[in-house]
Amino acid sequence: MDSIEKKPLEKVCFICAKGSLEDVYATLVMANGAVMEGIETHVFFTFFGLDGITKKRMNRLHTATTGNPAMRTPGGKPFPTMLGGLPGVESAVSSMMRKQMEALDMPPVDEFLELITAGGGKLYACKLAVDMFKLTEEDLTDELDSILTIGEFYERCDGDRTQIVFT
Amino acid sequence: MAVKTIAGAQVNVSEEGYLEDMSQWNEDIAKEIASEVNIELTDKHFEVLNYLREKTAAGEALSIRSVGKSGIIDVKGLYKLFPKGPLKFSSKIAGIPKPSSCI
Repeated sequence: MDSIEKKPLEKVCFICAKGSLEDVYATLVMANGAVMEGIETHVFFTFFGLDGITKKRMNRLHTATTGNPAMRTPGGKPFPTMLGGLPGVESAVSSMMRKQMEALDMPPVDEFLELITAGGGKLYACKLAVDMFKLTEEDLTDELDSILTIGEFYERCDGDRTQIVFT
Repeated sequence: MAVKTIAGAQVNVSEEGYLEDMSQWNEDIAKEIASEVNIELTDKHFEVLNYLREKTAAGEALSIRSVGKSGIIDVKGLYKLFPKGPLKFSSKIAGIPKPSSCI
């Protein structure tokens, strides 16, 4: 007898606090996936995560080539940390990663944000971080819903089938 | 695999109700599956469904992004036609397998 009632997730709220390529994309893939499943989706960008919604930076995100033990060469060999620190290496590796992602039909960040909002997902910027980085609303994506305080973000995270995910 | 009667036709469906054989599909089946998710099909819906079926028959992986670039409809429009399941519901109604794409 199956007496356990299924309680599907109704709302998911993401906090994106880091600005590396993989951190921002992890947030975007999960948020877009939630929207596609019909789950109400809110994404709050704070600290370096703001790079993911800053017009000048969002399509040029980098992945760390130093201090990243999972880093490999394209052939799968270990990637020496010393090499990662050379000028231009981080840029080249990041651009290669973006190309590989594009080949898997993962859109550039600006287009990804559009996919999320097209399905009704909401994007927010953290007021404290926006002030700290001296940004204005003009610097941020047109897809932005609003700049919120953390309290205002939590107000949007109500409901008993809601999850907050910190990426 | 299970056999289910949809719109008077016997079809093979997966556990989640996706058609196992896309050649068993017809427009009446589409309408009946659509009504299960409260969607009433219009000509625009069928344009999208036929596009999805063509791409699937050609062995191409589907994503809302590629549908949005098909020239038939943009992503916002796709969400309007198939609320809360732009790829999931449209694939089910189109009689093609559950999408394996994450985007």
